[in-house]
Amino acid sequence: MQIYLPIAEVSVNAFLLFGLGGIVGILSGLFGVGGGFIITPLLFFVGVPPTVAVATGANQVVASSISGVLAHLKRKTVDIRMGVVLMVAGIAGSTAGIWLFNLLSRSGQIDLFVQLSYVLFLGVVGAMMLQESVRSLRRAKRAVAPVKRSQHMWVHRLPLKMKFRTSGLYISIIPPIVVGFGVGVLAAVMGVGGGFIMVPAMIYLLNMPTKVVIGTSLFQIIFVTGFTTFMHALTNQSVDILLAVLLILGGVIGAQIGAALALRLRAEQLRILLALLVLLVCGKLALDLLLTPGELYSLAPVGRG
Amino acid sequence: MRALVLALALVAVPAWLGAEEKVVSGLSEDRIEITANFNGSDLLIYGAVSRDAPPPTDSSLDVIITVQGPSFPVNVRRKSRVLGIWVNTDTVTVDSAPSFYAIATTRPFEQIISNTDDIRYSVAFTRELRSMSVARTLMYSHNFTTALIRIRQKQGFYALQDASVRLAQDTLFRTDIRLPANLVEGVYKTRIFLTRNKQVVALDERSIYVRKVGLERWLFRLSRTQPAIYGALALAIAAFAGWAASAGFRALKR
Repeated sequence: MQIYLPIAEVSVNAFLLFGLGGIVGILSGLFGVGGGFIITPLLFFVGVPPTVAVATGANQVVASSISGVLAHLKRKTVDIRMGVVLMVAGIAGSTAGIWLFNLLSRSGQIDLFVQLSYVLFLGVVGAMMLQESVRSLRRAKRAVAPVKRSQHMWVHRLPLKMKFRTSGLYISIIPPIVVGFGVGVLAAVMGVGGGFIMVPAMIYLLNMPTKVVIGTSLFQIIFVTGFTTFMHALTNQSVDILLAVLLILGGVIGAQIGAALALRLRAEQLRILLALLVLLVCGKLALDLLLTPGELYSLAPVGRG
Repeated sequence: MRALVLALALVAVPAWLGAEEKVVSGLSEDRIEITANFNGSDLLIYGAVSRDAPPPTDSSLDVIITVQGPSFPVNVRRKSRVLGIWVNTDTVTVDSAPSFYAIATTRPFEQIISNTDDIRYSVAFTRELRSMSVARTLMYSHNFTTALIRIRQKQGFYALQDASVRLAQDTLFRTDIRLPANLVEGVYKTRIFLTRNKQVVALDERSIYVRKVGLERWLFRLSRTQPAIYGALALAIAAFAGWAASAGFRALKR
């Protein structure tokens, strides 16, 4: 069944979009990632213009993060104070990101920039995940050794200290602000929640306890992607509600299937699969940039990307 | 007396544009509505040639039918290799390019219309583009306009259907034009040319109104006129869906 998307102005198979949402939902249920980093490139492949894909991807992340954070709030595994600091920095970062996005849109380099960012981040994250999961698979076979959290002493010497009770931390607010800002820029430019960057940053850079990391990151992602969606709607008019609804519906159902699957399957092996999938998408995007394109010319409407 | 001459002159002027042969045409639909499941449309254009006298026998009659969508400026960008990767490096702005353009003819295009009349009525795609775009450096921009036509032809937005108009007894004609699913809103202009000896002898114009309807129209209009409300709506839907999903599946687990 073809469906005409009013903002993207393309006609796409509705089941395909529903399926894409579902796949991403399964991934997020299985691995606890928002899935924005995988849905935006997939939307490029089915022919949705990059500007619409990025803005609508952010909207989809809002829905999946809200669904996730509610469970964490019940378990009291959200450091709201830390979340608020990250959120304020994130919104500032998102504003800068939107500005950058519009600047690049006008000069015709936005597609390149978004693709390059994806190749870079998907490549790095995919490689890291693959390495980590292979290592933990080996570790599981041998004896289980506890991993020490690295202590960054310079982090503790920075000024402007603040108490974060839920995390049991007394640290400077500068590192959270830097992390939040960076993730905000990514959210605006790439249409991602940034959880895949923020979670490792919270654990290794801020030394937050692992149990509050995912809830807190989801908490902040809701606000940053929500703000990003709103700003894209306001300045670029590039949020496609119909597209978002299809993705969200698929995603919501997929997430529950994924969560159920996660209980039955071995996490390490799945993580390797996810890492390979991420690297595959990255490879496809990289090839598009490196191989001589069949068509050297491209068309873009004046004044809209 | 002078008024009579003037009136005669006014009546006589259109005479060269086919006083003896006129087109009477019809469309299968003059209003196309883009709904959520819009999947393109087949437009039937038909008509007849009406005459005061028997048709001339020294020349054959041909029909050219064009359908043209609303025009917009387009940036045509060319990639070239920079540091190993393909980057958009050159841009030419075509000031006005029709979003859709289809030509249907009875015989191969060049055989039935002269260059002069092609230019006068801007019939071919290239004419349509060139007549409107400011050709600053013509040779340079030529590659870009041909690229524009090539890409749009591949996407089904521009089509040249030689010999797809069927003409019966030099009087009745019909053709089908395929309108793609990714149609842009606006007024689509249909022109029907009759040619003899490569000269246009009659012309008839009609308009087709293409517009989004229902939900499609409402969402599109809202996103352009009230972007803040639209953005808030997008967030509200996402928030509700997120909450409903978690609440719904918690209820299921119980």
